[in-house]
Amino acid sequence: MKVLVLMKQVPDTETRIKIRPDAQGIVEDGIKWVINPYDEFAIEEALRIREKFSGEVVIVSLGPKRVEEAVRQSLAMGADRAVIVESEQMLEPYLVVQALAKVVQDEGYDLILTGKQAVDDDSAQVGPMLAARLELPQASIVIKLDIDEGAKKLRVERELEGATEVVELPFPAVITAQRGLNEPRYPTLPNIMKAKKKEVKRIPLASLNLNLPPRVRLIQLTPPPERPEPTVLTGDSAETAKKLAELLHEQAKVI
Amino acid sequence: MSNGVLVIFDQNQGQVRHVVPEILTVARELGVGAVTALTFGVRASETLETLGEYGAAQAVIWEHEPFTRYSSDGFADAIVELVPQVDPSVILFPASAWGKDLSPRVAELLGAGLVTDCLSLRTDANQRVIATRPIYAGKALAEVAVETPIQMFSMRPNINKAISHPVKPQVLDWTPSIGENSFRSVVVEVRQAESGTKEVTEADIVVSGGRGLKAPENFALLDQLAEVLGAAVGSSRPVADDGWVPHSYHIGQTGKVVSPTVYFAIGISGAIQHLAGISGSKYIVAINSDPEAPIFKVANYGVVGDLFQVVPALTEEIRKIKANS
Repeated sequence: MKVLVLMKQVPDTETRIKIRPDAQGIVEDGIKWVINPYDEFAIEEALRIREKFSGEVVIVSLGPKRVEEAVRQSLAMGADRAVIVESEQMLEPYLVVQALAKVVQDEGYDLILTGKQAVDDDSAQVGPMLAARLELPQASIVIKLDIDEGAKKLRVERELEGATEVVELPFPAVITAQRGLNEPRYPTLPNIMKAKKKEVKRIPLASLNLNLPPRVRLIQLTPPPERPEPTVLTGDSAETAKKLAELLHEQAKVI
Repeated sequence: MSNGVLVIFDQNQGQVRHVVPEILTVARELGVGAVTALTFGVRASETLETLGEYGAAQAVIWEHEPFTRYSSDGFADAIVELVPQVDPSVILFPASAWGKDLSPRVAELLGAGLVTDCLSLRTDANQRVIATRPIYAGKALAEVAVETPIQMFSMRPNINKAISHPVKPQVLDWTPSIGENSFRSVVVEVRQAESGTKEVTEADIVVSGGRGLKAPENFALLDQLAEVLGAAVGSSRPVADDGWVPHSYHIGQTGKVVSPTVYFAIGISGAIQHLAGISGSKYIVAINSDPEAPIFKVANYGVVGDLFQVVPALTEEIRKIKANS
C-alpha cells in the first residue's frame, strides 16, 4: 500500500491570534508552528497501514520554508519521505487542491489520508475537494478505518452529530481523519536522527503552472466580539446557587 | 441570469435538524430570489410541511433508490446535474458532518467557490453575498466573498434564528440520471447514539465538565443538571483524553465548537483552546473553586465555590423555577 498523507503546518492551538494591521492575515512573529493535530491522526493511521500491509508513507505538504520543521517531525514519526510544494502565500483550499492534485498524480497512491480540517482556517475543504478533483471516492471525519486489501475495499466509521455512520467504498480513495481514529505516536530519538537524512523533494509552486484565478476573496479579518464584564458570585454555596438561578431566570431569561 | 437560492440538506425519516429552518430563513432573507430546497431519502416528502413553513417556494425530493442511502460521490454527481435546472446564484448547505462531507465535492465539480461554516450572510450593493465565518476556532472572524457566478456557503447550526414564512412549495419533478461510476462510497449502516443523548453542537443549553469534577462518576452531577435544563453534556479536552467521557463530548479548538444560548463550564479552568470552542455562546456560566481561573474572564456569570455543593443546589433551584413556570 502506498499511502500519501497531506499535512499542513499550523499555529499551535495555544497561540493567541493577533490580526495584522492590514486585516489580511495574522501576525506570525513568535508563533510556535506544529503539525495540524488532525493530520497527526492521518500520519499515525498511514504508519499503521504500512506496518500491517507494508508499502510506503509519503508526506505531502504545501507552505513556506518553515513547513520543513513539521515535515521532519512527520518523518520522525516514521514516514518514509516527503514532498513540499513551496509557496510563500497562504492559498485558498481550491488552489491548494489544484496544486496537490498535480503532485499526487505524479506520485501515484493507493490511499490519500489527511485531517478532517486544519485548525487555522478551519475550512475542512481540501480532502473532499481533492477527491472530486481526482475523481476518487471519499469518506471524511473518519474514526475507524478497515482495509480489505484483496477486495480493494474500505470500511470506515464516520462521526456524525449524535450518530456513527458506516461507509463502504473502494480504494484508491481520500479519507479525512477525526480524533478517535488512533493515538498518534511520539517520535523516538533514533527516529528523529533518521528523519534528518530522509528524502524531501521540493517543488516550487510556480513550476506547477497553475495560473488560476482565486474563487474566494478575503475582505478582512476582525477580532471576535468582546465579552461583557462578568457578574461573579462568592460565598455560601446554597445562596450563590439560588442567586445564580435567579439571574439566569430573571436577568438573562434563559431558563 | 441565474438567481435564487438552492438549499441542500439531509433528513431522517421525515425529520430535519434545527439548522434546516435556520438556513431556509437565511436563504429567504438574502433577497436574491426564490428558495428551492433539495433533500433525499426515505420519507423525504414528509419534510414538505417544514419547507413550506420556512418559505421554500420550490422543493426537489429524491426519495427513490439509490438516494435512500447517503453517498458523497453519488449525491454530488446528482446535485451537479440538477443545478442547471434550478440555476441558482447561491447554494447553501448545513455545516454538519453531512454538509462538510458533501459541499466541497459539489463545489469542485461545479467550479464554484465555497465558504464553509459561516455564521452569517449579507448581500452587498451588487446582490453578491458576503459571509462571516470564524477562523482559528473563533479566535478571529473572517469576512469573505465568493468570486464565481455560483456562490456556495455552509452554515453553522444554532446561530441564525428560524423565522416562519408560510408558502406552499411547488414540487419540481425532475430526476437525475445515475452514472455507472457513481455511488461508489455508500453508507451501509447508521448507529444512533443512546436515546436521550443531546448533540452539543445543536443544543440550546450545554452543561460541560472538566478536571474539577475529580472523577468520571461525578459527571452524574452534570447529567442531573442537564436533565432539568434539557441540556446536552460536554467536556473539556483532558477528561475526554483520559476516557472519563467519549471523544464526542470534547469541546474546544480540536473538538466540537459550540454556540448555545447558555454554556455552563463546571470545573473547567478555561484553556485557550476551550475558550475558542465556546466563544460563540450567548451566555457563559462558570463554576470553579479557583477565582483566578481564565474561564471567569469570558463568563457572564461566575460562581467561585465548591462545585460539589453548588451544582446540586443549582439543580434544585432550577427545578423549583421550572416547576413554578
